[in-house]
Amino acid sequence: MTSNLASVVSARDLGLTFETGDGPVTALTGVNLDVKKGDFVSFIGPSGCGKTTFLRVIADLEKPTAGSITVNGTTPESARENRSYGYVFQAAALYPWRTIEKNIALPLEIMGYSKAEQQARIARTLDLVNLSGFGKKFPWQLSGGMQQRASIARALAFDADLLLMDEPFGALDEIVRDHLNEQLLELWDRTNKTICFVTHSIPEAVYLSTKIVVMSPRPGRVTDIIESTLPRERPLDIRETPEFLEIASRVRDGLRAGHSYDE
Amino acid sequence: MTMREKFLPVLSIVLAIVAIWYVAAVYLNAPFERDTAARAGTTITFSEIVPKTMFQERPVLPAPHQVIAEIWDTTVNKPITSKRSLVYHAWITLSATLVGFGIGTVLGILLAIGIVHNRAMDRSLMPWVIASQTIPILAIAPMIIVVLNAIGISGLLPKALISTYLSFFPIVVGMVKGLRSPEQIQLDLMHTYNASSAQTFWKLRWPASMPYLFTSLKVAIAISLVGAIVGELPTGAVAGLGARLLAGSYYGQTVQIWSALFMAAALAAVLVVIVGAAHTAVLKRMGARP
Ligand SMILES: Nc1ncnc2c1ncn2[C@@H]1O[C@H](COP(=O)(O)OP(=O)(O)O)[C@@H](O)[C@H]1O
Ligand SMILES: [Mg+2]
Repeated sequence: MTSNLASVVSARDLGLTFETGDGPVTALTGVNLDVKKGDFVSFIGPSGCGKTTFLRVIADLEKPTAGSITVNGTTPESARENRSYGYVFQAAALYPWRTIEKNIALPLEIMGYSKAEQQARIARTLDLVNLSGFGKKFPWQLSGGMQQRASIARALAFDADLLLMDEPFGALDEIVRDHLNEQLLELWDRTNKTICFVTHSIPEAVYLSTKIVVMSPRPGRVTDIIESTLPRERPLDIRETPEFLEIASRVRDGLRAGHSYDE
Repeated sequence: MTMREKFLPVLSIVLAIVAIWYVAAVYLNAPFERDTAARAGTTITFSEIVPKTMFQERPVLPAPHQVIAEIWDTTVNKPITSKRSLVYHAWITLSATLVGFGIGTVLGILLAIGIVHNRAMDRSLMPWVIASQTIPILAIAPMIIVVLNAIGISGLLPKALISTYLSFFPIVVGMVKGLRSPEQIQLDLMHTYNASSAQTFWKLRWPASMPYLFTSLKVAIAISLVGAIVGELPTGAVAGLGARLLAGSYYGQTVQIWSALFMAAALAAVLVVIVGAAHTAVLKRMGARP
């Protein structure tokens, strides 16, 4: 467990097989991965390749059936108990009876922050995701993109250094998505958090990440890990540079290789 | 929808019911007039019968205006402390209804919490809850009254307990569903915060169950009233709407029976409207889409 203290997430031969009604489903097998502090790691692959499952294992929402994993140098369970990560689900999952600021206050209430501290953090995170002035609104009064930003604010409100994001922008249109990607990068740069980010968009993965984990299904496994050579500072038009396109093509090749013996 | 659009259909149905009622009153009360005439050795024409059927002392079916006159007389014209005041009797029944409803609601919610949080309770309790409602209330009400009387409990409480017996059921069923209504993703979120079961309950399950609770409360308040009235029937109670119904049928006072029935219906309607208003107010505070 102490083997890799510098790693925020460290998986060794990790596997997870679900026992279902129609027999076992191997969602993950033989996953070896190290996520270093301050990394922005994207997980990319076709649906069913175990991206969500891997994130859920890190978050202690699923238990692995093989291998080992540490989060912040301990088990996922104690990492969860220490509230060391914020999780952003594919859907915003805001509680409809709470206003946006009350939704952001939810983890703070549970973790016992004082009222004053809650107010300060709500204001700060709303500002961070550009939602200042929307705190008193109920979720249904906001667009899908704004709701997802509110859910990111909720995950940022407490002091977790690790952010787990499962296709947070998957349901949004491209223009909104570009905008949120830019904001997310800026936020990552400012807060120095470690981010694990699931996507099935190649440009999104390349634009955001310092490390891209390419996965393939049946059984879910890691087929390639690509270290990005792009600088930390990334304007949107970096996506037209040859360097960007080269990484994108490597990701595409990795995805295709994983697929070749299926279709 | 404007008031007018809401009002017209209701009004036309009320008018239709009143018209049918008058026709039925004439039809059902006419034989008595014919028999009376025959006994007196006279004959009576239809046009002579019709006005008489409107004002019989003990009609088979009292005409609407007779019932209205009786209700007016026994509410407005009598002091509410009088044994002949319908308001007095309504209050007796209402107090048992509210106490029974209150106990039933608390009991129903507690059982639902137990069932949702404890697998053993879910398995063992739910069948009994359902079985309890398959026993006809008319069979069990006299036993409850007699048993409680035997141990010295009489008056309001036994009646209230019959209301409880009926009203806890929709609350349990509704609240079990409501407390289980949060989606997996909302529960997972709580898990990522390492929230305790109490926190998950108060911050997620309880607010999520509110629409279910109020829907159940509307059913429960109406059947609580039924329970309180049924509770008054087997005891030979001297007060309450049930007692009025029973006394009315002993003495053939059909007008009294019908006015007690209408009072009960009006009471039920008012109670349901109050619960409905509370429902709307609570959901509005919880940010429900208007
Ligand atoms: N709770 C579960 N029970 C059974 N099978 C599951 C469960 N969760 C995921 N799976 C299966 O595991 C595989 C990986 O799923 P998932 O991690 O959701 O993939 P992805 O997020 O990459 O689309 C899929 O085949 C899926 O059907
Ligand atoms: Mg997924």
